[in-house]
Amino acid sequence: MSETTGHKGRNGHDPITRAAPPAVFLRRLRKSFGNKLVLDDIDLEVDRGQFVALLGASGTGKTTLLRILAGLELPDHNDGVLLVPKVRTTVYQEPRLVPSMRVAANVTIGQPATRETRADAERALAEVKLASHARAWPATLSGGEAQRVALARALVREPELLLLDEPFGALDALTRLQMQALVADLCAVHRPAVLLVTHDVDEAIALADQVLILRGGRFAVNVRLDLPAPRDRNDARFIEYRRYLLAEMGVESSTGRAGGAILAVS
Amino acid sequence: MTALSETISDTALGANREADDHAPARLVPASLSELERPRFLGTRPRRRSISIGLRASVPVVLLLAWWYGCTSGRIGPTILASPGDVLRALIELAQSGQLVEFLLASLGRAGTGVGIGVTVGLLLGISSGLTALGEEVVDPTMQALRAVPFLALVPLLISWFGIDEMFKIVLIACSSTFPMYAYSYLGVRNVDRKMVESARGFGLHGWRLLFQVILPSTLPSLLMALRICLAISVVGLIAAEQVGTTKGIGYLVLLAKQYFRQDYMVLCILLYATLGLIFDGFIRLLERVVMPWRRHSAVR
Repeated sequence: MSETTGHKGRNGHDPITRAAPPAVFLRRLRKSFGNKLVLDDIDLEVDRGQFVALLGASGTGKTTLLRILAGLELPDHNDGVLLVPKVRTTVYQEPRLVPSMRVAANVTIGQPATRETRADAERALAEVKLASHARAWPATLSGGEAQRVALARALVREPELLLLDEPFGALDALTRLQMQALVADLCAVHRPAVLLVTHDVDEAIALADQVLILRGGRFAVNVRLDLPAPRDRNDARFIEYRRYLLAEMGVESSTGRAGGAILAVS
Repeated sequence: MTALSETISDTALGANREADDHAPARLVPASLSELERPRFLGTRPRRRSISIGLRASVPVVLLLAWWYGCTSGRIGPTILASPGDVLRALIELAQSGQLVEFLLASLGRAGTGVGIGVTVGLLLGISSGLTALGEEVVDPTMQALRAVPFLALVPLLISWFGIDEMFKIVLIACSSTFPMYAYSYLGVRNVDRKMVESARGFGLHGWRLLFQVILPSTLPSLLMALRICLAISVVGLIAAEQVGTTKGIGYLVLLAKQYFRQDYMVLCILLYATLGLIFDGFIRLLERVVMPWRRHSAVR
């Protein structure tokens, strides 16, 4: 990221010389739609096991960046570098399950139908607490259950890069909190590099090691969060981060405090 | 009728009756008299026996009217044969063994023709819906040919294939290619792009993507197309069985016309209706067998 050129990696080494290579390596990544430059020469590195949250208002290009990493969009042709690991999976805002496949088949979609695959599906479904739904049809699941299946489908492949595109956006508030806790736990176990696209500031602070705000095609903010896990949303530093990030996103700090008060009740 | 009676019972009687049933009047303070029990706006499930009775009611009324008209002399025998005459014709046909023979002959032609036409339409529709190349090459021609009434092909097909089975099957195949093409093309076009994108992201490509994700999603469109194809095939049957055969319901229509047999004319109409019922039952069965995932989510 341009603002952090020369930024030290999490283990204190310079990104170029450290032993373990990053899972995501972007240099001068550019993307425009027509005349509109959405991503303006972006640099980014994400280590394996690192959880990065990408915040930004609607239309700032967060989802475009994620889709480029997923291979669903092409960046502009320039001298930029775009490197991602081979095994990368995505959880979208919608579950995007195939309605004509049972839950277990959805989890292992695209993999050969072997006994190991079936065992993998069962294990992954157990991780998201849906072991008993393996033979259910997607249409019979609730929104939260379907999204957990989507999460199991993403994790069963042991991805080196997990892309989360507002995965909790369509869920109710209670289910969203439960899903966030589940994602935090599972990412701690599987330790992929994670890129979470969201516009929920609290979600970003609750889950991420590093928060980026995309504005004007560049990372306007880049903070490493220094909070112990599990994160307490009423912790003074949590509230301080919230106020700072909301202000950076153009929301008055008083609103931030009000949001905090509401969350304290929940 | 049910809606009306519901309205009466809910507004006039409902509130009091409910109060009697569940909450004795003394439990409700007088100060709550302004409040009301919400009128139920959903649909109450109807008992199966009533549903079947309602479905059968219109045909039964028509049958009774027909029977009354003929026995009372209001409908002369040159206008419409009486139910008794038609029944006698049916028995006559059944005893000669021709009833089953004719039905099977027509069903066989319709089945083979529709089978071929549907396969061709499906292949073209999928290739056109799936790939830009297919759309560019296939779609303009198909849209132009779709406007041609397939009965206009009869003289041409006879000159190519003669008047035997080949001609009949090709005619029916032509009639069902275009509906299947249009519906499968639309069906593939309307598959959830996001779901396909995600399936591809998880490594599903080519044939497996087509058979595991895209085709199952188009099944409702394909079954609708099959319904239409089977209905149209009956039209094709009439035209095809006018020449070059001594079997089939179309041939029976021809005979009835030649000998001016009112009873057989009506019998043919009833046989076509029976074919329609058989086709409908076949599609309903198919819906249950090939789309088990919809059984649990269907509204009705």
